[in-house]
Amino acid sequence: MSAGAAQATVPVLDGWFTTAGAAPHLIGTRCSGCGTYYFPKLETFCRNPDCESSQFETVELSRTGKVWSFTNACYKPPEPYIAAEPFVPYTIAAVELEREKMVVLGQVVEGVGVESLKAGMEMELVLETIPDATLPEGKLTWKWKPVEGAGQ
Amino acid sequence: MSGEIAIIGVGMHPWGKWGRNFAEYGVAAAQAAIRDAGIHWRDVRFISGGGTVRNGYPGYVAGATIAQALGWQGAEVNTSYAACASGSQALAAARTKILSGDCEVALVVGADTTPKGFLAPAKGERPDDPDWVRFRVGITNPTYFALYARRRMEIYGDTQDDFALVKVKNAEHGFTNEYARYRKKFTAEDVAASAMVADPLRLMDVCATSDGGAALIVCSLDYAKKIGKGDAVRIAAISTVTPSFPSALVEMPDLATDSAVAAAPLSFRSALPTKAYEQAGVDPKDVSVAEVYDLSTALELDWIEDCGLCARGEAAALTRSGATRIGGRIPVNPSGGLACFGEAVPAQALAQVCELTWQLRGQAGSRQVEGAKVGITANQGLFGHGSSVIVVR
Ligand SMILES: [Zn+2]
Repeated sequence: MSAGAAQATVPVLDGWFTTAGAAPHLIGTRCSGCGTYYFPKLETFCRNPDCESSQFETVELSRTGKVWSFTNACYKPPEPYIAAEPFVPYTIAAVELEREKMVVLGQVVEGVGVESLKAGMEMELVLETIPDATLPEGKLTWKWKPVEGAGQ
Repeated sequence: MSGEIAIIGVGMHPWGKWGRNFAEYGVAAAQAAIRDAGIHWRDVRFISGGGTVRNGYPGYVAGATIAQALGWQGAEVNTSYAACASGSQALAAARTKILSGDCEVALVVGADTTPKGFLAPAKGERPDDPDWVRFRVGITNPTYFALYARRRMEIYGDTQDDFALVKVKNAEHGFTNEYARYRKKFTAEDVAASAMVADPLRLMDVCATSDGGAALIVCSLDYAKKIGKGDAVRIAAISTVTPSFPSALVEMPDLATDSAVAAAPLSFRSALPTKAYEQAGVDPKDVSVAEVYDLSTALELDWIEDCGLCARGEAAALTRSGATRIGGRIPVNPSGGLACFGEAVPAQALAQVCELTWQLRGQAGSRQVEGAKVGITANQGLFGHGSSVIVVR
Protein backbone atom coordinates (compact mmCIF):
# COMPACT_ATOMS: atom_id res chain seq x y z
CA MET A 1 0.00 0.00 0.00
CA SER A 2 2.42 2.58 1.21
CA ALA A 3 4.96 2.04 -1.52
CA GLY A 4 7.36 4.95 -2.00
CA ALA A 5 9.20 7.16 0.43
CA ALA A 6 6.74 8.16 3.13
CA GLN A 7 5.56 5.54 5.63
CA ALA A 8 2.30 6.06 7.47
CA THR A 9 2.91 6.98 11.10
CA VAL A 10 -0.32 8.72 12.10
CA PRO A 11 -3.01 6.49 13.66
CA VAL A 12 -6.47 6.64 12.11
CA LEU A 13 -7.88 7.07 15.62
CA ASP A 14 -5.80 8.82 18.25
CA GLY A 15 -5.16 6.77 21.39
CA TRP A 16 -7.00 3.64 20.24
CA PHE A 17 -3.85 1.50 19.84
CA THR A 18 -0.12 1.59 20.50
CA THR A 19 2.09 2.46 17.56
CA ALA A 20 5.59 2.00 19.00
CA GLY A 21 7.33 -1.36 18.82
CA ALA A 22 6.72 -4.51 16.84
CA ALA A 23 3.85 -5.87 18.98
CA PRO A 24 0.96 -3.39 18.91
CA HIS A 25 -1.96 -3.49 21.34
CA LEU A 26 -5.43 -2.00 21.34
CA ILE A 27 -5.81 0.42 24.23
CA GLY A 28 -8.81 0.01 26.49
CA THR A 29 -9.76 0.60 30.08
CA ARG A 30 -10.55 -1.71 32.98
CA CYS A 31 -13.01 -0.94 35.75
CA SER A 32 -11.27 -0.85 39.13
CA GLY A 33 -14.47 -2.06 40.80
CA CYS A 34 -15.58 -5.15 38.85
CA GLY A 35 -12.74 -5.77 36.40
CA THR A 36 -14.84 -5.24 33.25
CA TYR A 37 -12.81 -4.23 30.19
CA TYR A 38 -13.88 -1.53 27.76
CA PHE A 39 -12.91 -0.95 24.14
CA PRO A 40 -12.97 1.80 23.12
CA LYS A 41 -11.88 3.36 26.41
CA LEU A 42 -14.60 4.18 28.93
CA GLU A 43 -13.62 6.51 31.75
CA THR A 44 -16.91 7.83 33.14
CA PHE A 45 -19.26 5.27 34.76
CA CYS A 46 -19.04 1.49 34.68
CA ARG A 47 -21.84 -0.06 32.60
CA ASN A 48 -22.19 -3.09 34.87
CA PRO A 49 -25.57 -2.48 36.61
CA ASP A 50 -24.17 -4.02 39.81
CA CYS A 51 -21.03 -1.85 39.87
CA GLU A 52 -20.93 1.75 41.02
CA SER A 53 -17.31 2.40 40.17
CA SER A 54 -16.12 5.38 38.21
CA GLN A 55 -12.43 4.47 38.54
CA PHE A 56 -10.71 3.04 35.49
CA GLU A 57 -7.17 2.11 34.59
CA THR A 58 -5.88 2.29 31.04
CA VAL A 59 -4.82 -1.15 29.82
CA GLU A 60 -3.36 -2.76 26.72
CA LEU A 61 -5.76 -5.46 25.50
CA SER A 62 -4.55 -8.96 24.64
CA ARG A 63 -3.01 -8.86 21.18
CA THR A 64 -4.02 -12.39 20.28
CA GLY A 65 -7.41 -14.11 20.24
CA LYS A 66 -9.57 -16.61 18.40
CA VAL A 67 -11.83 -16.00 15.40
CA TRP A 68 -15.49 -15.75 16.48
CA SER A 69 -16.74 -15.02 12.98
CA PHE A 70 -15.65 -13.32 9.76
CA THR A 71 -16.89 -11.70 6.58
CA ASN A 72 -15.72 -9.27 3.91
CA ALA A 73 -16.70 -6.03 2.23
CA CYS A 74 -17.35 -6.58 -1.46
CA TYR A 75 -18.42 -2.98 -2.10
CA LYS A 76 -16.69 0.27 -1.26
CA PRO A 77 -18.16 1.64 1.98
CA PRO A 78 -19.40 5.25 2.06
CA GLU A 79 -17.27 8.02 3.60
CA PRO A 80 -15.64 8.51 6.02
CA TYR A 81 -14.10 5.26 4.68
CA ILE A 82 -11.40 6.15 2.18
CA ALA A 83 -10.59 3.48 -0.40
CA ALA A 84 -7.87 3.16 -2.97
CA GLU A 85 -9.03 3.10 -6.59
CA PRO A 86 -9.90 0.63 -7.91
CA PHE A 87 -11.58 -0.71 -4.77
CA VAL A 88 -10.17 -4.00 -3.51
CA PRO A 89 -12.50 -6.04 -1.26
CA TYR A 90 -11.14 -6.59 2.25
CA THR A 91 -11.77 -9.23 4.88
CA ILE A 92 -13.14 -8.52 8.38
CA ALA A 93 -12.82 -10.67 11.49
CA ALA A 94 -14.52 -10.67 14.89
CA VAL A 95 -11.92 -11.95 17.32
CA GLU A 96 -12.62 -13.23 20.83
CA LEU A 97 -10.11 -12.17 23.50
CA GLU A 98 -9.88 -14.77 26.24
CA ARG A 99 -8.78 -12.67 29.19
CA GLU A 100 -11.11 -9.77 28.41
CA LYS A 101 -14.02 -12.07 27.43
CA MET A 102 -14.94 -9.75 24.62
CA VAL A 103 -15.11 -9.83 20.82
CA VAL A 104 -13.33 -7.09 18.85
CA LEU A 105 -13.89 -6.33 15.16
CA GLY A 106 -11.23 -5.30 12.71
CA GLN A 107 -10.11 -5.67 9.14
CA VAL A 108 -7.92 -8.64 8.31
CA VAL A 109 -4.51 -7.96 6.75
CA GLU A 110 -4.33 -7.59 2.99
CA GLY A 111 -4.07 -10.80 1.02
CA VAL A 112 -6.07 -12.96 3.44
CA GLY A 113 -9.53 -13.89 2.15
CA VAL A 114 -12.52 -15.42 3.93
CA GLU A 115 -11.63 -18.81 2.49
CA SER A 116 -8.54 -18.99 4.69
CA LEU A 117 -10.38 -18.25 7.96
CA LYS A 118 -12.23 -20.52 10.39
CA ALA A 119 -13.91 -20.03 13.74
CA GLY A 120 -11.46 -20.71 16.56
CA MET A 121 -8.40 -19.81 14.48
CA GLU A 122 -5.64 -17.95 16.34
CA MET A 123 -5.19 -14.31 15.27
CA GLU A 124 -2.81 -11.55 16.27
CA LEU A 125 -3.09 -7.79 16.15
CA VAL A 126 -0.89 -5.91 13.67
CA LEU A 127 -0.85 -2.43 12.17
CA GLU A 128 -1.41 -1.77 8.49
CA THR A 129 -1.88 1.35 6.40
CA ILE A 130 -5.24 2.46 5.07
CA PRO A 131 -5.81 5.36 2.67
CA ASP A 132 -6.57 8.79 4.10
CA ALA A 133 -8.24 11.86 2.62
CA THR A 134 -5.43 14.28 3.55
CA LEU A 135 -2.26 12.25 4.14
CA PRO A 136 -0.96 10.75 0.88
CA GLU A 137 0.99 8.09 2.81
CA GLY A 138 -2.24 6.99 4.58
CA LYS A 139 -2.86 6.29 8.25
CA LEU A 140 -2.24 3.34 10.52
CA THR A 141 -5.07 1.10 11.68
CA TRP A 142 -5.31 -2.17 13.61
CA LYS A 143 -5.89 -5.36 11.68
CA TRP A 144 -6.14 -9.04 12.53
CA LYS A 145 -3.63 -11.45 11.06
CA PRO A 146 -3.66 -15.27 11.22
CA VAL A 147 -0.92 -16.47 13.55
CA GLU A 148 1.79 -18.37 11.65
CA GLY A 149 0.71 -21.99 11.27
CA ALA A 150 -2.90 -21.36 12.35
CA GLY A 151 -5.68 -22.95 10.32
CA GLN A 152 -3.43 -25.66 8.92
CA MET B 1 -54.13 -11.89 31.97
CA SER B 2 -55.97 -8.66 32.76
CA GLY B 3 -53.76 -6.34 30.77
CA GLU B 4 -55.24 -7.07 27.37
CA ILE B 5 -56.56 -4.59 24.81
CA ALA B 6 -58.43 -5.29 21.56
CA ILE B 7 -57.37 -4.62 17.98
CA ILE B 8 -60.55 -3.56 16.17
CA GLY B 9 -58.99 -2.00 13.09
CA VAL B 10 -55.90 -2.52 10.94
CA GLY B 11 -54.76 -0.77 7.79
CA MET B 12 -51.68 -0.39 5.62
CA HIS B 13 -50.40 1.68 2.72
CA PRO B 14 -48.50 -0.45 0.20
CA TRP B 15 -44.72 -0.58 0.68
CA GLY B 16 -42.65 0.77 -2.20
CA LYS B 17 -40.37 3.59 -3.20
CA TRP B 18 -43.04 6.22 -3.73
CA GLY B 19 -41.02 9.29 -2.77
CA ARG B 20 -43.93 11.15 -1.20
CA ASN B 21 -44.31 12.71 2.27
CA PHE B 22 -44.52 10.09 5.03
CA ALA B 23 -47.75 11.60 6.36
CA GLU B 24 -49.55 10.53 3.16
CA TYR B 25 -48.84 6.86 3.88
CA GLY B 26 -49.73 7.31 7.54
CA VAL B 27 -53.06 8.94 6.71
CA ALA B 28 -53.95 6.27 4.15
CA ALA B 29 -53.13 3.50 6.66
CA ALA B 30 -55.01 5.28 9.47
CA GLN B 31 -58.10 5.83 7.36
CA ALA B 32 -58.09 2.17 6.33
CA ALA B 33 -57.81 1.12 10.00
CA ILE B 34 -60.63 3.49 11.04
CA ARG B 35 -62.87 2.09 8.27
CA ASP B 36 -61.91 -1.45 9.28
CA ALA B 37 -62.91 -0.67 12.89
CA GLY B 38 -66.20 0.84 11.78
CA ILE B 39 -65.77 3.87 14.03
CA HIS B 40 -65.61 7.62 13.41
CA TRP B 41 -62.30 9.47 13.45
CA ARG B 42 -63.65 11.61 16.28
CA ASP B 43 -64.05 8.47 18.42
CA VAL B 44 -60.26 8.19 18.54
CA ARG B 45 -59.10 9.99 21.70
CA PHE B 46 -55.37 9.17 21.59
CA ILE B 47 -53.01 9.18 18.64
CA SER B 48 -49.71 7.39 19.10
CA GLY B 49 -47.15 7.62 16.31
CA GLY B 50 -43.88 5.80 15.67
CA GLY B 51 -41.28 8.46 14.83
CA THR B 52 -38.03 8.56 12.92
CA VAL B 53 -34.90 10.55 13.69
CA ARG B 54 -32.76 10.85 10.61
CA ASN B 55 -29.25 12.27 10.58
CA GLY B 56 -30.03 14.08 13.80
CA TYR B 57 -33.19 15.68 12.44
CA PRO B 58 -36.27 14.80 14.52
CA GLY B 59 -38.60 16.03 11.79
CA TYR B 60 -40.81 12.99 11.61
CA VAL B 61 -43.14 13.94 14.46
CA ALA B 62 -45.51 11.22 13.43
CA GLY B 63 -48.32 11.47 15.98
CA ALA B 64 -49.03 15.18 15.59
CA THR B 65 -48.32 15.40 11.86
CA ILE B 66 -50.66 12.55 11.00
CA ALA B 67 -53.32 13.77 13.47
CA GLN B 68 -53.29 17.17 11.79
CA ALA B 69 -53.54 15.60 8.34
CA LEU B 70 -56.55 13.58 9.49
CA GLY B 71 -58.05 16.77 10.93
CA TRP B 72 -57.29 18.13 14.43
CA GLN B 73 -60.10 17.01 16.70
CA GLY B 74 -58.60 17.62 20.13
CA ALA B 75 -57.44 14.10 20.97
CA GLU B 76 -54.25 13.58 22.99
CA VAL B 77 -51.12 12.80 21.05
CA ASN B 78 -47.77 11.06 21.42
CA THR B 79 -44.74 10.18 19.29
CA SER B 80 -42.36 7.36 20.23
CA TYR B 81 -38.88 6.89 18.86
CA ALA B 82 -37.29 3.48 19.37
CA ALA B 83 -35.61 2.66 16.03
CA CYS B 84 -37.14 -0.55 14.59
CA ALA B 85 -39.32 -0.90 17.71
CA SER B 86 -40.86 2.58 17.37
CA GLY B 87 -44.25 1.14 16.34
CA SER B 88 -44.30 -1.22 19.32
CA GLN B 89 -43.43 1.55 21.75
CA ALA B 90 -46.19 3.69 20.28
CA LEU B 91 -48.50 0.69 20.77
CA ALA B 92 -47.30 0.27 24.36
CA ALA B 93 -48.09 3.94 25.04
CA ALA B 94 -51.63 3.40 23.72
CA ARG B 95 -52.05 0.26 25.83
CA THR B 96 -51.02 2.12 28.99
CA LYS B 97 -53.46 4.92 28.21
CA ILE B 98 -56.31 2.47 27.61
CA LEU B 99 -55.58 0.22 30.60
CA SER B 100 -55.36 3.23 32.91
CA GLY B 101 -58.89 4.11 31.85
CA ASP B 102 -57.74 7.43 30.43
CA CYS B 103 -59.11 6.68 26.97
CA GLU B 104 -61.11 3.95 25.24
CA VAL B 105 -59.95 4.11 21.64
CA ALA B 106 -56.51 4.89 20.24
CA LEU B 107 -54.92 5.12 16.80
CA VAL B 108 -51.38 3.75 16.56
CA VAL B 109 -49.64 4.67 13.34
CA GLY B 110 -46.18 4.54 11.77
CA ALA B 111 -45.05 5.67 8.33
CA ASP B 112 -41.75 6.34 6.61
CA THR B 113 -40.24 7.86 3.52
CA THR B 114 -36.71 6.60 3.01
CA PRO B 115 -34.09 9.00 1.70
CA LYS B 116 -32.37 8.27 -1.60
CA GLY B 117 -28.97 6.59 -1.64
CA PHE B 118 -26.69 5.41 1.18
CA LEU B 119 -27.45 6.17 4.80
CA ALA B 120 -24.02 7.63 5.53
CA PRO B 121 -22.84 9.40 8.68
CA ALA B 122 -22.47 13.18 8.72
CA LYS B 123 -19.17 14.61 7.38
CA GLY B 124 -16.12 15.80 9.28
CA GLU B 125 -13.62 14.18 11.65
CA ARG B 126 -15.78 12.91 14.54
CA PRO B 127 -13.92 10.21 16.51
CA ASP B 128 -16.38 10.48 19.43
CA ASP B 129 -19.25 9.20 17.27
CA PRO B 130 -19.21 5.36 17.17
CA ASP B 131 -21.02 5.43 13.84
CA TRP B 132 -18.36 7.64 12.28
CA VAL B 133 -15.60 5.50 13.78
CA ARG B 134 -16.82 2.17 12.43
CA PHE B 135 -17.32 3.52 8.91
CA ARG B 136 -13.82 5.04 9.06
CA VAL B 137 -12.32 1.61 9.71
CA GLY B 138 -14.54 -0.12 7.13
CA ILE B 139 -17.28 -1.74 9.22
CA THR B 140 -20.63 -1.23 7.42
CA ASN B 141 -24.18 -2.38 8.19
CA PRO B 142 -24.01 -5.68 6.25
CA THR B 143 -20.83 -6.55 8.19
CA TYR B 144 -22.83 -7.28 11.35
CA PHE B 145 -25.48 -9.42 9.63
CA ALA B 146 -22.78 -11.30 7.75
CA LEU B 147 -20.85 -12.01 10.97
CA TYR B 148 -24.00 -13.48 12.57
CA ALA B 149 -24.70 -15.53 9.43
CA ARG B 150 -21.15 -16.88 9.21
CA ARG B 151 -21.23 -17.72 12.91
CA ARG B 152 -24.25 -19.97 12.23
CA MET B 153 -22.33 -21.70 9.45
CA GLU B 154 -19.31 -22.24 11.67
CA ILE B 155 -21.22 -23.41 14.76
CA TYR B 156 -24.32 -25.17 13.41
CA GLY B 157 -23.18 -26.11 9.91
CA ASP B 158 -25.80 -23.94 8.18
CA THR B 159 -25.11 -23.35 4.48
CA GLN B 160 -25.74 -20.50 2.05
CA ASP B 161 -28.36 -22.78 0.47
CA ASP B 162 -30.21 -22.78 3.82
CA PHE B 163 -30.21 -18.98 3.82
CA ALA B 164 -31.44 -18.92 0.21
CA LEU B 165 -34.32 -21.19 1.21
CA VAL B 166 -35.57 -18.46 3.58
CA LYS B 167 -35.64 -15.98 0.70
CA VAL B 168 -37.42 -18.45 -1.58
CA LYS B 169 -40.02 -19.20 1.10
CA ASN B 170 -40.68 -15.55 1.96
CA ALA B 171 -40.88 -14.58 -1.73
CA GLU B 172 -43.50 -17.27 -2.17
CA HIS B 173 -45.45 -16.05 0.88
CA GLY B 174 -45.44 -12.40 -0.19
CA PHE B 175 -46.20 -13.13 -3.83
CA THR B 176 -49.91 -12.32 -3.50
CA ASN B 177 -49.63 -9.74 -0.69
CA GLU B 178 -51.00 -6.48 -2.12
CA TYR B 179 -49.03 -4.45 0.45
CA ALA B 180 -45.64 -6.03 -0.36
CA ARG B 181 -43.13 -4.12 -2.48
CA TYR B 182 -41.43 -7.11 -4.12
CA ARG B 183 -43.84 -9.66 -5.50
CA LYS B 184 -41.80 -12.11 -7.48
CA LYS B 185 -41.13 -15.79 -6.86
CA PHE B 186 -37.38 -16.19 -6.60
CA THR B 187 -35.54 -19.48 -6.86
CA ALA B 188 -32.45 -20.64 -4.99
CA GLU B 189 -30.59 -20.15 -8.29
CA ASP B 190 -31.69 -16.49 -8.40
CA VAL B 191 -30.31 -15.95 -4.90
CA ALA B 192 -27.05 -17.73 -5.71
CA ALA B 193 -26.65 -15.61 -8.86
CA SER B 194 -27.05 -12.30 -7.02
CA ALA B 195 -23.93 -10.33 -6.13
CA MET B 196 -22.02 -11.09 -2.94
CA VAL B 197 -22.31 -8.13 -0.56
CA ALA B 198 -20.66 -9.37 2.62
CA ASP B 199 -19.69 -13.02 2.51
CA PRO B 200 -21.75 -15.24 3.08
CA LEU B 201 -24.62 -12.83 2.36
CA ARG B 202 -25.62 -11.93 -1.18
CA LEU B 203 -27.73 -9.03 -2.35
CA MET B 204 -30.88 -11.16 -2.16
CA ASP B 205 -30.11 -12.23 1.40
CA VAL B 206 -30.35 -8.68 2.74
CA CYS B 207 -33.42 -6.45 2.86
CA ALA B 208 -33.91 -3.04 1.27
CA THR B 209 -35.41 0.12 2.80
CA SER B 210 -38.90 1.13 1.72
CA ASP B 211 -41.64 3.72 2.05
CA GLY B 212 -44.80 2.49 3.72
CA GLY B 213 -47.38 3.02 6.44
CA ALA B 214 -49.27 0.85 8.92
CA ALA B 215 -51.94 1.62 11.51
CA LEU B 216 -53.97 -0.04 14.23
CA ILE B 217 -57.12 0.98 16.05
CA VAL B 218 -56.91 -0.44 19.56
CA CYS B 219 -59.41 -0.15 22.40
CA SER B 220 -60.46 -1.49 25.78
CA LEU B 221 -62.11 -4.93 25.85
CA ASP B 222 -65.25 -3.24 27.18
CA TYR B 223 -65.42 -0.85 24.24
CA ALA B 224 -64.90 -3.71 21.78
CA LYS B 225 -67.82 -5.56 23.39
CA LYS B 226 -69.94 -2.42 23.36
CA ILE B 227 -69.61 -2.05 19.57
CA GLY B 228 -70.20 -5.75 18.94
CA LYS B 229 -66.56 -6.75 18.50
CA GLY B 230 -66.15 -8.81 21.67
CA ASP B 231 -64.36 -11.52 19.71
CA ALA B 232 -61.70 -9.14 18.31
CA VAL B 233 -58.03 -10.13 18.21
CA ARG B 234 -56.38 -9.09 21.48
CA ILE B 235 -52.90 -7.89 22.36
CA ALA B 236 -51.68 -10.15 25.15
CA ALA B 237 -48.13 -8.82 25.43
CA ILE B 238 -45.84 -6.02 24.32
CA SER B 239 -42.21 -6.48 25.31
CA THR B 240 -39.75 -3.62 24.79
CA VAL B 241 -36.99 -4.67 27.21
CA THR B 242 -33.44 -3.34 26.86
CA PRO B 243 -30.44 -5.65 26.57
CA SER B 244 -28.88 -6.86 29.82
CA PHE B 245 -25.23 -6.29 30.61
CA PRO B 246 -23.05 -7.86 29.35
CA SER B 247 -24.72 -8.24 25.97
CA ALA B 248 -23.39 -11.29 24.14
CA LEU B 249 -23.39 -10.03 20.54
CA VAL B 250 -21.45 -7.27 18.86
CA GLU B 251 -24.14 -4.83 17.73
CA MET B 252 -24.18 -1.99 15.22
CA PRO B 253 -22.48 0.50 15.56
CA ASP B 254 -20.08 -0.98 18.15
CA LEU B 255 -16.63 -2.36 17.37
CA ALA B 256 -16.58 -4.69 20.38
CA THR B 257 -18.97 -6.60 22.62
CA ASP B 258 -19.35 -5.90 26.30
CA SER B 259 -16.67 -7.68 28.30
CA ALA B 260 -18.15 -10.66 30.16
CA VAL B 261 -15.52 -10.67 32.90
CA ALA B 262 -17.87 -9.68 35.73
CA ALA B 263 -21.01 -11.59 34.66
CA ALA B 264 -22.14 -14.19 32.11
CA PRO B 265 -23.09 -12.84 28.66
CA LEU B 266 -26.82 -12.52 27.89
CA SER B 267 -28.69 -12.62 24.59
CA PHE B 268 -30.74 -9.50 23.83
CA ARG B 269 -32.69 -11.08 21.00
CA SER B 270 -34.01 -13.95 23.10
CA ALA B 271 -34.85 -11.61 26.02
CA LEU B 272 -37.45 -9.82 23.89
CA PRO B 273 -39.82 -12.76 23.20
CA THR B 274 -39.06 -14.29 26.61
CA LYS B 275 -40.56 -11.25 28.32
CA ALA B 276 -43.53 -11.31 25.91
CA TYR B 277 -44.28 -14.98 26.66
CA GLU B 278 -44.08 -14.25 30.37
CA GLN B 279 -46.46 -11.30 30.07
CA ALA B 280 -48.99 -13.20 27.94
CA GLY B 281 -48.75 -16.43 29.91
CA VAL B 282 -48.19 -18.19 26.60
CA ASP B 283 -45.78 -21.03 25.82
CA PRO B 284 -43.75 -21.03 22.57
CA LYS B 285 -45.44 -24.36 21.79
CA ASP B 286 -48.78 -22.52 21.59
CA VAL B 287 -47.64 -20.17 18.81
CA SER B 288 -49.39 -20.76 15.49
CA VAL B 289 -47.70 -18.05 13.39
CA ALA B 290 -44.73 -15.67 13.71
CA GLU B 291 -43.63 -12.45 12.00
CA VAL B 292 -39.93 -11.93 12.68
CA TYR B 293 -37.39 -9.36 11.48
CA ASP B 294 -35.57 -10.90 8.51
CA LEU B 295 -33.15 -8.03 7.94
CA SER B 296 -31.12 -10.88 6.47
CA THR B 297 -32.21 -14.39 5.53
CA ALA B 298 -29.90 -15.88 8.17
CA LEU B 299 -31.33 -13.57 10.82
CA GLU B 300 -34.76 -15.17 10.37
CA LEU B 301 -33.16 -18.44 11.50
CA ASP B 302 -31.73 -16.71 14.60
CA TRP B 303 -35.16 -15.27 15.44
CA ILE B 304 -36.90 -18.64 15.06
CA GLU B 305 -34.57 -19.97 17.76
CA ASP B 306 -34.76 -16.82 19.90
CA CYS B 307 -38.57 -17.10 19.87
CA GLY B 308 -38.26 -20.68 21.11
CA LEU B 309 -39.97 -22.12 18.03
CA CYS B 310 -37.23 -24.77 17.83
CA ALA B 311 -34.05 -25.67 19.70
CA ARG B 312 -30.86 -23.62 19.27
CA GLY B 313 -29.12 -24.53 16.02
CA GLU B 314 -32.12 -26.30 14.48
CA ALA B 315 -33.79 -23.48 12.55
CA ALA B 316 -32.14 -24.39 9.25
CA ALA B 317 -33.37 -27.98 9.54
CA LEU B 318 -36.83 -26.67 10.50
CA THR B 319 -36.83 -24.50 7.39
CA ARG B 320 -35.63 -27.36 5.17
CA SER B 321 -38.46 -29.53 6.52
CA GLY B 322 -41.01 -26.99 5.26
CA ALA B 323 -42.37 -26.34 8.77
CA THR B 324 -41.95 -22.57 8.45
CA ARG B 325 -43.94 -22.37 5.21
CA ILE B 326 -47.66 -21.61 5.14
CA GLY B 327 -49.21 -25.03 5.62
CA GLY B 328 -46.30 -26.17 7.79
CA ARG B 329 -46.26 -26.64 11.57
CA ILE B 330 -45.16 -23.09 12.41
CA PRO B 331 -45.35 -20.65 9.49
CA VAL B 332 -42.85 -17.78 9.76
CA ASN B 333 -43.33 -14.48 7.92
CA PRO B 334 -46.52 -15.37 6.05
CA SER B 335 -46.65 -11.69 4.95
CA GLY B 336 -43.45 -12.24 2.99
CA GLY B 337 -41.41 -10.51 5.68
CA LEU B 338 -38.81 -7.84 5.08
CA ALA B 339 -37.64 -9.88 2.09
CA CYS B 340 -40.82 -8.80 0.27
CA PHE B 341 -41.45 -5.49 2.03
CA GLY B 342 -38.09 -3.85 2.65
CA GLU B 343 -37.84 -1.97 5.91
CA ALA B 344 -39.97 1.13 6.62
CA VAL B 345 -38.62 1.63 10.14
CA PRO B 346 -41.41 3.31 12.16
CA ALA B 347 -44.12 1.32 10.36
CA GLN B 348 -42.56 -2.12 10.33
CA ALA B 349 -43.36 -3.35 13.84
CA LEU B 350 -46.99 -2.30 13.26
CA ALA B 351 -47.09 -4.00 9.86
CA GLN B 352 -46.12 -7.22 11.66
CA VAL B 353 -49.12 -6.80 13.99
CA CYS B 354 -51.44 -6.01 11.03
CA GLU B 355 -50.46 -9.28 9.37
CA LEU B 356 -51.01 -11.31 12.55
CA THR B 357 -54.40 -9.64 13.04
CA TRP B 358 -55.50 -10.67 9.53
CA GLN B 359 -54.14 -14.16 10.18
CA LEU B 360 -56.02 -14.56 13.49
CA ARG B 361 -59.22 -13.20 11.95
CA GLY B 362 -58.93 -15.66 9.07
CA GLN B 363 -58.77 -12.79 6.57
CA ALA B 364 -55.33 -13.44 5.07
CA GLY B 365 -56.68 -14.91 1.85
CA SER B 366 -54.19 -17.06 -0.02
CA ARG B 367 -51.65 -16.46 2.78
CA GLN B 368 -53.97 -17.80 5.46
CA VAL B 369 -52.43 -19.95 8.20
CA GLU B 370 -55.25 -22.36 9.03
CA GLY B 371 -56.59 -22.11 12.57
CA ALA B 372 -54.15 -19.41 13.72
CA LYS B 373 -54.87 -18.58 17.37
CA VAL B 374 -51.63 -17.16 18.78
CA GLY B 375 -49.15 -14.98 16.91
CA ILE B 376 -45.83 -13.45 17.91
CA THR B 377 -43.75 -10.66 16.39
CA ALA B 378 -40.09 -9.96 17.04
CA ASN B 379 -37.76 -7.23 15.88
CA GLN B 380 -34.58 -5.49 16.91
CA GLY B 381 -32.94 -2.26 15.85
CA LEU B 382 -30.30 0.23 16.84
CA PHE B 383 -29.37 1.56 20.28
CA GLY B 384 -30.72 -1.34 22.35
CA HIS B 385 -34.24 -1.04 20.97
CA GLY B 386 -36.33 -4.08 20.13
CA SER B 387 -39.79 -5.47 20.66
CA SER B 388 -41.97 -8.53 20.68
CA VAL B 389 -45.77 -8.48 20.57
CA ILE B 390 -48.12 -11.41 21.18
CA VAL B 391 -51.64 -11.37 19.78
CA VAL B 392 -54.31 -13.95 20.61
CA ARG B 393 -57.86 -14.79 19.68
ZN1 LIG C 1 -17.35 -1.98 37.13
